[in-house]
Amino acid sequence: MIKQLLISIFICSVASASLANEAAPLAQDPIVEQRLIAISEEMRCLVCQNESLAGSRSDLAQDLRREIREQIQQGKSDQQIREFMVERYGDFVLYRPPVKPLTWVLWIGPFVLLLGGLIALLLYVRRRNTAAPKIPLSDLDNQRIDELLREEK
Amino acid sequence: MWQLTIPEIGHFALILALGVSLIQGIIPLVGAQQGRQEWIMLARPATQISFALLAIAFGVLTWSFYVNDFSVLYVAEHSNALLPTVYRIGAVWGGHEGSLLLWIFLLTGWAFAVAQLSKTLDEFMIARVLSVLGLIASGLLLFVLATSNPFERLLPAAQDGRSLNPLLQDPGLVFHPPMLYMGYVGFSVAFAFAIASLLSGKLDAAWARWSRPWTTTAWIFLTLGIALGSWWAYYELGWGGWWFWDPVENASFMPWLIGTALLHSLAVTEKRGGFKNWTVLLAIIAFSMSLLGTFLVRSGVLTSVHAFATDPRRGIFILILLTLVVGSSLLLYALRAPKSTLGGAFALMSRETFILLGNVFLVVASGSVLLGTLYPLLIDSLNLGKISVGPPYFNAVFVPIMIPVLFLLAVGPWANWKSTSLNQLVKRLWGAAVVAFVAAILIPRMMGEFTLLTGLGFLLSFWIIASGVLQIVRQVRVGKPTGSFIGMQLGHIGIAVFVIGVTMVGAYQEEKDVRMAPNDTVMVGGYQIRLMDVGPAQGPNYQATRGNFEVSRHGNVERILSPEKRNYDSSAMPMTEAAIDAGFTRDIYVSLGEPLDNHAWAVRVYYKPFVDWIWGGCLLMALGGLFAVMDKRYRLRIKN
Amino acid sequence: MKAKFIIPLILFVVLIGFLLVGLNRDPHEVPSPLINKPAPAFNVPQLAKPTVSFSPEQMKGQVWILNVWASWCIACREEHPMLIELGKANVAPLIGLDYKDKRPDAIAMLAERGNPYLLSAFDADGRVGINYGVYGVPETYIIDKAGVIRFKQIGPITPEILEKLIYPTIAKLKSE
Repeated sequence: MIKQLLISIFICSVASASLANEAAPLAQDPIVEQRLIAISEEMRCLVCQNESLAGSRSDLAQDLRREIREQIQQGKSDQQIREFMVERYGDFVLYRPPVKPLTWVLWIGPFVLLLGGLIALLLYVRRRNTAAPKIPLSDLDNQRIDELLREEK
Repeated sequence: MWQLTIPEIGHFALILALGVSLIQGIIPLVGAQQGRQEWIMLARPATQISFALLAIAFGVLTWSFYVNDFSVLYVAEHSNALLPTVYRIGAVWGGHEGSLLLWIFLLTGWAFAVAQLSKTLDEFMIARVLSVLGLIASGLLLFVLATSNPFERLLPAAQDGRSLNPLLQDPGLVFHPPMLYMGYVGFSVAFAFAIASLLSGKLDAAWARWSRPWTTTAWIFLTLGIALGSWWAYYELGWGGWWFWDPVENASFMPWLIGTALLHSLAVTEKRGGFKNWTVLLAIIAFSMSLLGTFLVRSGVLTSVHAFATDPRRGIFILILLTLVVGSSLLLYALRAPKSTLGGAFALMSRETFILLGNVFLVVASGSVLLGTLYPLLIDSLNLGKISVGPPYFNAVFVPIMIPVLFLLAVGPWANWKSTSLNQLVKRLWGAAVVAFVAAILIPRMMGEFTLLTGLGFLLSFWIIASGVLQIVRQVRVGKPTGSFIGMQLGHIGIAVFVIGVTMVGAYQEEKDVRMAPNDTVMVGGYQIRLMDVGPAQGPNYQATRGNFEVSRHGNVERILSPEKRNYDSSAMPMTEAAIDAGFTRDIYVSLGEPLDNHAWAVRVYYKPFVDWIWGGCLLMALGGLFAVMDKRYRLRIKN
Repeated sequence: MKAKFIIPLILFVVLIGFLLVGLNRDPHEVPSPLINKPAPAFNVPQLAKPTVSFSPEQMKGQVWILNVWASWCIACREEHPMLIELGKANVAPLIGLDYKDKRPDAIAMLAERGNPYLLSAFDADGRVGINYGVYGVPETYIIDKAGVIRFKQIGPITPEILEKLIYPTIAKLKSE
C-alpha cells in the first residue's frame, strides 16, 4: 500500500518535472534570424525617430523584417537585400553610409584630420625645440622638479 | 487664490533676472576695460541677485508641478494628478521650457559659486568672468521670455494634465538631466575664464590654475550625467543597448571629449606655462559644443528619439545666440591669442608631447563625431539628397581613433616633464606590457573565443591597469600621494574598467528570444530561467501584466525577476519594463514581449557579462575627478 | 603665423551657414528613389470587387494618379476633401491603393466620406506598399503615359500642393 503510494508520488513528480519544457526559440530558424538582425541593425526604421529596423516595434518595421527574412530564406545575399531596400527607400534607410563620392569626405575626413593634427603637432614641437636651448636633465633632477611643481602654490 | 499670482511671480522674477543679468553682463565688463572701480564692484552683487531670482523662478515652477497647478500650460502638458510626486518634480525638466529654465538656473548657480569662492582673485579678472556669465544668461533669458516661457497660462485651467511620457517616469529621469546640465553649463566657467584672460591680455598660468577646479567639477558632472543617461537607456528601453550614437547622445559626448582634452591641457598650462593658446581655444570649443548641443536638440534640425518638440522660431533664436557667443569669442581669440608668450620648452619625447598627442586624438575623435552627426544635414542643405549616418559609421571611425589614446594613458604618467628618455619608459613599462599580453590571450580563451577585437580590448585595458598599479606602488614608496595623483590613477583605471565592460558585453553576451508558457525554462549564460506565472498588476497610474521568472544556477534559485508590460492611464502606448538582476560580474535581463497563443508569451532574455563595469568605470572616472578637485592646493585657496 | 588663429572662426562661420540652411529643411522627409523609374508592377484584387484584379499595366498610355490610403489613417481623412476635388476635376484617373486595411472598414469609410477613386486596389499585406517605398500613409504618386513615376507626395495633399504641384505636373505630363 505504502509502496504503491510512493510509486504514484514518484510518477507524479517525474511527470511534473517533465512538464518543465525547454522554451522554443520564437524564430523558426535561428540562423536566418541572426542574419536578419545583423542586416536590419544597420538599417533605419523609417517611421521611427531614429531606431534601427531590428529593434523597432512599428508595423512597417515588422513588415520589412518579414520581407528581409523571406529574402534570406530565398538565398539572397546581404548586398542584394541592401540594394532591395535602397531601391525603394533610398540611401536614407542605411545606417552605414555607402562609400561613394558623396560620402568620401565623411569616411576619409576623420583620418585626414588626424594626419593633419599629427603633422601640425610634430611641426609645433620641432619649432619649439629650435627656439629654446635643450638642457639635458638627469632623472633625479626631473624628480626634484616634479616635487617642486607639486608643492608649488 | 494664490494660484492666481504664484506663476506670475515666477514670470516676473525672470523679467527682473534679465535686467540684472544685462547689468551684470555689461557694466563690470566695461568697467574692467576702462578701470572704473565702482562698475567692477557691481559684478558680485549682480551675480548674487541673479541667482536668487532664478532660484525663485525655478522654485515657483517646481511648486506649480508639486501642487498640480494645471492653469500653467507647461504643467498641464507634462504632468498629471496621478503622477507620483517624485516624477512630478522630474517633470519640471521633462520638456523644453522647463529644462531651459533649469539650464539658466544652473548657470546662475555656477556664477554664484564663482562669485563666492574667488575672494582672492584679482577684481578685474572676477569682474570679467562674472560679466561673461551674465551675458550668456541674458541671452538665454531673452530666449526664454520671447519664445519659451514656462509660466504661460492655460485659461481656463485644465481639469487634469496630459501627463509625462511613461518612458520618462523613472528615477533616471529625475537625475540624468540635472547632472548633464551641471556639466554642460559648468564648462561656461572655463569659457568665461578664457574670455576674461583674452580680454585682459594676460594669458598667463594663473588663469589656468583658477580654471582647473571649476573645469574638473563640470567634467565630473558631465561624466556622471552621460553615464546615467546610458544606464537609464539600458534598463528602460528594453533592448539592452547602452549607446546608440543618437544625435543628442553625441551632443553630450562631444563636450565631454573636448573637456577631457581641456583638463589635461590645463594641467600643462598651469605647471609649465605651455599650450596657453591651445588651452584657451579648447575652453572656448568645449562650451561652444555645449551650446551647439543645446541648439541641435531643440531646433528640429536632426532626427532623434530625444529631441524636444520644435518650433522654427526657437531654432533661429538659438542659432543667433550660438553665432553671437561663439563667433565673438573666436574673433577675440583670433585677435588676442597671437600676443601671448610661449611657455617652457619641451622635447619631442616628454610628458608635454604625450599630453598634446592625446589632445590631438581626443579633438579629432570629437570632430569625427561632429562630422558624422552633421553630415546628413550638410548633404541635405547642399540639395544632394538624404543619407543616414548611424552606429556602424561611428563605431568604425571612433574606435580606431581612440585606441592610441588608450595606449598613451599608460605611458604619459611615466614620462617626465620637459624631457624623458625612451629607454626609461621601456624600463618602467615592460612589466605592464607582459601583463597586458597575457591578459589579451588568456581572458578571451576563458570567456569563450578569441577575436582580434576582444584581444585588443583586454590588451589595452590591462596595459592601463598594470601601468597604474606600478605607478601607485612606486608613489606609495616615495611618499603620500596627492589628490591629483589619486585622481589621475582613478581616472585612467576607470577608463580601463569601462573598456573591459564594453569588450566583455560586446563579445560574450548571450541573447535568446523564446516562446514561454508557465513552467518553461530557457538557459542563458549558465543560468536557468523558468517562467512561473503571468498575471495582472497595478501601479499608481498604470495597469500591468507581470511575469514572474525564477533565475537559478546549478539548481539553486538565486532570484525572482518580474518584468512587466504596462499600460499607463494617461497614454495609449504600452511600455515594457524589463527586470534586471544586476551583479558585479554579469546582468541577467528579462523582458516580456507579446502574448502568444496557449498562455504562452514572447520573452527575451539576456546574459550580459560585466556590463555594469561600463558605468562602474564612469563612476571611477568621476571619483578620480573628485580627488583631483579636493587636492589640498585648491583647498588652501578656498580657505583664504 | 597670425593667419592660423582665424581658422577656428572661419570654420565656425561655415558651420553656422549649413545649420541655417538646415533649419529650413525637414529631416523626416525622405525623397523617393523611385522618381523617374518605372512604377513597380503588381496585380492585386480590387477593394469593391474582390474577384477583379488591378494592375498598373492597365493604365499604360494615360497619365494617372495613385493614392495610398487606409481607413485607420487619420491624416488620410485630412486630405480626403482634396481627393474628392481632384476626382471631380477629372484631369487624370485617380486610383486608390488601400494599404494594410480591412475590407469592411475601408468600404465603410468610402461610403461615409465619399469615394473619389475610379477604383481602389486592395493591398492586404503591404507588399505593394513596400515596393513603392511607402512609409507614411497617405502618399500619392503621379505616373506618366509610359508607366514611369514622375512625382511623389508624402503626407496629406493640401490645397496649396494641389494647385502648385499636382495640377501643373499632370498638365505637363499630359502634353508630353
